[in-house]
Amino acid sequence: MKKQTIDTRPAGPKPWYDPRVRSLFFQAIAIALVFWGGWVLVDNTLSNMESRGISTGFGFLNETAGFGIIMNLVPYDATMSYGRTFWVGLTNTLLVSAMGVVAATILGFIIGVARLSSNWLVAKMALVYIEVIRNIPLLLQIFFWYFAVLSNLPSPRQSVDVGGALFLNNRGLYLPEPMTQEGFGIVWGGILLAIAAVVGIRIWAKKRQLATGQIFPTFKVGVAILVLVPIVSYLVAGRPIEWDLPALRGFNFGGGITIIPELAALWIALSLYTASFIAEIVRSGILSVSKGQTEASKALGLPNGLTLRLVVIPQAMRVIIPPLTSQYLNLVKNSSLATAIGYPDLVAVFMGTTLNQTGQAVEVVAITMAVYLTISLLISLFMNIYNRAVAIKER
Amino acid sequence: MRKTKSIALGIALAVGTFTATGAMAATTLENVKEKGHLQCGVTSGLPGFSQPDEKGNWTGIDVDTCRAVAAAIFGDANAVEFTPLTAKERFTALQSGEIDMLSRNTTWTLTRDASLGLNFAGVNYYDGQGFLINKGIGVDDATQLDGATICIQAGTTTELNLSDYFRAKGMEFKPIVFDTSEQTVQGFAAGRCDVLTSDRSQLAALRSKLSDPSSAKILPNTISKEPLGPVVRQGDDQWFNIVKWVLSVQINAEELGVTSANADDMLKSDNPNIQRLLGTDGDMGAKLGLPDDFGHKVVKLVGNYGEMYDRNVGPDTPLGLDRGINALWTEGGIMYAPPVR
Repeated sequence: MKKQTIDTRPAGPKPWYDPRVRSLFFQAIAIALVFWGGWVLVDNTLSNMESRGISTGFGFLNETAGFGIIMNLVPYDATMSYGRTFWVGLTNTLLVSAMGVVAATILGFIIGVARLSSNWLVAKMALVYIEVIRNIPLLLQIFFWYFAVLSNLPSPRQSVDVGGALFLNNRGLYLPEPMTQEGFGIVWGGILLAIAAVVGIRIWAKKRQLATGQIFPTFKVGVAILVLVPIVSYLVAGRPIEWDLPALRGFNFGGGITIIPELAALWIALSLYTASFIAEIVRSGILSVSKGQTEASKALGLPNGLTLRLVVIPQAMRVIIPPLTSQYLNLVKNSSLATAIGYPDLVAVFMGTTLNQTGQAVEVVAITMAVYLTISLLISLFMNIYNRAVAIKER
Repeated sequence: MRKTKSIALGIALAVGTFTATGAMAATTLENVKEKGHLQCGVTSGLPGFSQPDEKGNWTGIDVDTCRAVAAAIFGDANAVEFTPLTAKERFTALQSGEIDMLSRNTTWTLTRDASLGLNFAGVNYYDGQGFLINKGIGVDDATQLDGATICIQAGTTTELNLSDYFRAKGMEFKPIVFDTSEQTVQGFAAGRCDVLTSDRSQLAALRSKLSDPSSAKILPNTISKEPLGPVVRQGDDQWFNIVKWVLSVQINAEELGVTSANADDMLKSDNPNIQRLLGTDGDMGAKLGLPDDFGHKVVKLVGNYGEMYDRNVGPDTPLGLDRGINALWTEGGIMYAPPVR
């Protein structure tokens, strides 16, 4: 059956004269070319590597690694696979990055605010800090902390000893490790209960303040609850924690938790360096809030601290967050300088030793790049969500 | 930065293979001749093996291995350019074609031979892994090292041997892995670790870099076999043969008593072995794609294996290493080359 339709619309331009069709056509060609180029690149690389007798594929991830790694957050020993070395490296990278982001943010905000302080000495000290730290290459700072500072700590046998529980020497900082015993569930319960109570109080206090104007000291009460409830539940449960104390065994300390100097040096250097940039970002954010806002807040009788917390910072955040995101990204990427001082991060372990033992450069480099890309995109994503939350709500 | 270099090498490998599609016609020998020099990968600085002096001239047994190949091809031992590489970078540099041969105290293992697309063209030094310790820890034997912190260079067989050794002995250790041997020594000198582990030939050199060499000593234990030698890419047998036979010629020359000093006189020798070696008889060079007198050039310009050894790592050098197992098979060692015939 043939169905005939009669087009009553006025005749449009021919398809090849239609700008919409044309732009779609050329975009399709562009995409096809990109994909074709990518495919040719991959295909040629693979076939040429094969013809040169270089192993390809990801089978190596299941082979036994056979080398030691000094620090692992996931269980690891030399009998495990190359795939496991990837996770060891990745978790070490994430650990130092997360520690760095937290420390750099806190330090950066303090210094940024100090830079604007009306106290001459405080403001100038913040200025000197920023100008010195951000103008020295990060790698030099890492070397400084590692070789000039931490290496000069005493040897294990002359450790700095704090109460027989905490030791500091040039092999690291040794802390007692809490070993949870039976009945620790009660303490966990206490902690959760305390958190729930604080959240509840906060909601109630806000409601009451809106209704009656009375202010409840949420912060002080909250801290008291968070400290006291877990302690009480700890005592009630019969002290279900035993401490594994570090002790000198042979020529090194064993037991407890060790913070190796490589981690410390990298963390300190990354935090101080990034904090100097964050401080400038915070300063620019605060300065972007018009003076009228501060004056209006003062006119309402708000003290300085509250003015900063309730009026200035929330508005400054809108300016601060986008550049802050790129500082976080920089910090994560800069953490790969770890390889210079022997901290076992992803680049040192996976793109270093694993690449060299397996020789599969293309695969390992591709995986590593994909990981950094993923981490960066995730950070951007979360910061964008946060940015949307604090952005001006147009009603 | 090391990582950027690795990435660059990775990309070079991908792009290099991309552009080289179907155009694998030129052999390594032709490429080298066209360039006018040999590009050779060496360590960035290891006394006795490859190290630049204050004038920028490279010396060492690995460097001489490269020079011998250049002498065979060009009749000029200086037609070499050196690319200093870390242990991590070396194989990628060779795979990607950045260098023509790798002579960087590299251990010959099955995995490297079979899965990296590379071939080991012989052994120019038989080594083994040992330990350098700080005398202060009061240890006389490697079996007492349980719990030690050990400095080590990344991307070497050393990392694997160490782990195997401690596992087999049921001992524990903490590895501190550095990128270069300089950093490794620095970490050891700063007291970050009790022990530095590396090939024994390197330990003496690294010890001499300490501000107080007498504070450290080398333990008697040797925990592995480390046959070190030049490496080439797979898939070019002619080039593989050239590198292999240049080294063999040097070893044979020592066996036959041909040295750089008497190489010219030996041209008149009526010993058929020496005639074939120096190219006065037969067409040994042509079979390899080299001039027939390549053996003469190699020995005259670089020397035989014994000269190469004595000049760089022998008893009269700062390293002061005895020939040991690196002596000729005729003198109680295991240095043995197949005959030139």
